[in-house]
Amino acid sequence: MTNVASNAAAIRASDLVAFLAALADRLKQERAYLTELDSPIGDADHGVNLDRGFSAVAAKLADMHDEDLGAILKMVGTTLVSTVGGAAGPLYGTAFLRAGGVLAGRTEAGFDEVVQAARAALEGILQRGKAQRGEKTMVDAIAPAVESLEAARGGPLALLDAARQAVAAAEQGMLATTPMLATKGRASYLGERSIGHQDPGATSAYIMASVALATAEQRSPGAAAKNLT
Amino acid sequence: MQTAGIQTSMKKLINTPETVVKDALEGMAAAHADLLRVHFDPDYVVRADAPIKGKVGIVSGGGSGHEPMHGGLVGRGMLDAACPGAVFTSPVPPQMLEATKAVDGGAGVLHIVKNYTGDVMNFEMAAELAAADGVEVASVVINDDVAVQDSLYTAGRRGVGTTVLAEKICGGAAEARLSLAEVKRVCEKVNGWGRSMGMALTSCTVPAKGSPTFDLGADEMEVGIGIHGEPGRRRMPLKPAAEIVELLAAPIIEDLPFQSGDQVLAFVNGMGGTPLIELYIVHKELARILQGRGVTIARQLIGNYITSLEMAGTSITLLKLDDELTRFWDAPVHTPALRWGV
Repeated sequence: MTNVASNAAAIRASDLVAFLAALADRLKQERAYLTELDSPIGDADHGVNLDRGFSAVAAKLADMHDEDLGAILKMVGTTLVSTVGGAAGPLYGTAFLRAGGVLAGRTEAGFDEVVQAARAALEGILQRGKAQRGEKTMVDAIAPAVESLEAARGGPLALLDAARQAVAAAEQGMLATTPMLATKGRASYLGERSIGHQDPGATSAYIMASVALATAEQRSPGAAAKNLT
Repeated sequence: MQTAGIQTSMKKLINTPETVVKDALEGMAAAHADLLRVHFDPDYVVRADAPIKGKVGIVSGGGSGHEPMHGGLVGRGMLDAACPGAVFTSPVPPQMLEATKAVDGGAGVLHIVKNYTGDVMNFEMAAELAAADGVEVASVVINDDVAVQDSLYTAGRRGVGTTVLAEKICGGAAEARLSLAEVKRVCEKVNGWGRSMGMALTSCTVPAKGSPTFDLGADEMEVGIGIHGEPGRRRMPLKPAAEIVELLAAPIIEDLPFQSGDQVLAFVNGMGGTPLIELYIVHKELARILQGRGVTIARQLIGNYITSLEMAGTSITLLKLDDELTRFWDAPVHTPALRWGV
């Protein structure tokens, strides 16, 4: 089966830059919320740290319009690693660096490349965090989203529709962290008391996925309908 | 300013939440120019006379808010450099990389890392980068907090009070020109023989957040706290100091275990908001308990050294001593927060 539709919508540098700018704005808005989530089970810095990191990313975007996707993602990774701190800095930083490695030199990415980059990002997080699913971390939102994308690859869905499913999977994964017992990160120190709180890292991961989707929807109105033909 | 709305409940001697760490570092640089220099972007505090040729460099770091640890422990006989992150947030790899290069006197550099997920990952990335730049780096992760179950189900025990003792003792070992492998061995011995546990009477407020990180009733205490304003494992009604010290000391003593005939260093630490008069009460109760178990306090340290902003409370650390550790503990030290023998 050919998947013409899958490769119809390609992501270019301008899309990525628009996504990162929107993400920086959104994380500034969500700063207090993420920090609030991080208070009962973490150390009350997640929103503040991500806002600091993505503000630094946003400040560099103006110079990035002519760069390839890999270079932009590498800039994001390096910036996050040097500005965020905490666990989120190395984890998200490694994720963007790995995704950038997959897309090095590419000026556009279709369905396959997006899936490969997403998988590489997830593998980077798993490796850096020595984490797996079910430990009440960002992995619980990211892994279902990546798996959803991988399952849709080669099927009838266009990238945008597959992305909608993936974001829904990320949201479910995020919500599923609430009843979980944390066994990684600072929340694990609370033992049973970590149960009943939504994980801030899974929440920020879901926010990133949903902003990516919103940006894609905004920049390709009607793309879904067109690709169904 | 974004922060205007959340500052209403916060009463701190600061300029703005955003500049807390930088302002404090500038103050340190001005106050202690004889002992240390402060480098900005990336931020690190470094011995004024670094690098010392032929001496192993000792680098530590972590979130700010634990003062005097780590910056106040930089100087002869202790840390060569300290990397301060944002309040309660691990520093970032470029800080540790530059600090490591700044203190490398050709004998390699030891990273003393507290066991927090963020600290461990950021130091790990920095060590990889330093190795790529040709600096020999060894790392020891301190994990001495008996309040945390060390199991597959947690990120492992947190690094708390023993960190201060490890920094002093490794500083002494490095001044004695022990090799990197030997200083690392000494550090691992300290970590293996040190145990801690803490409690809080109040929460604390991260400047960038503006409100306390947990709520504690007027008649409650939180037992088994860490040093980042994270809640502990048990909340219970406030008790007299004698009973509180029992609650902290018993798990520490039983964990190693500390046995009759042992010589120990007893470290009674304040969390930042508890006056010395109360810390001495804690020490009195600790001495009574240890005497009852036949454990001898050979050395002691009492004061605010590894704090959690303005949190009221205490942590107790016991370190089993042998001749080697005692010798390096007694060795001269000259830092803003610890000074003897000079």
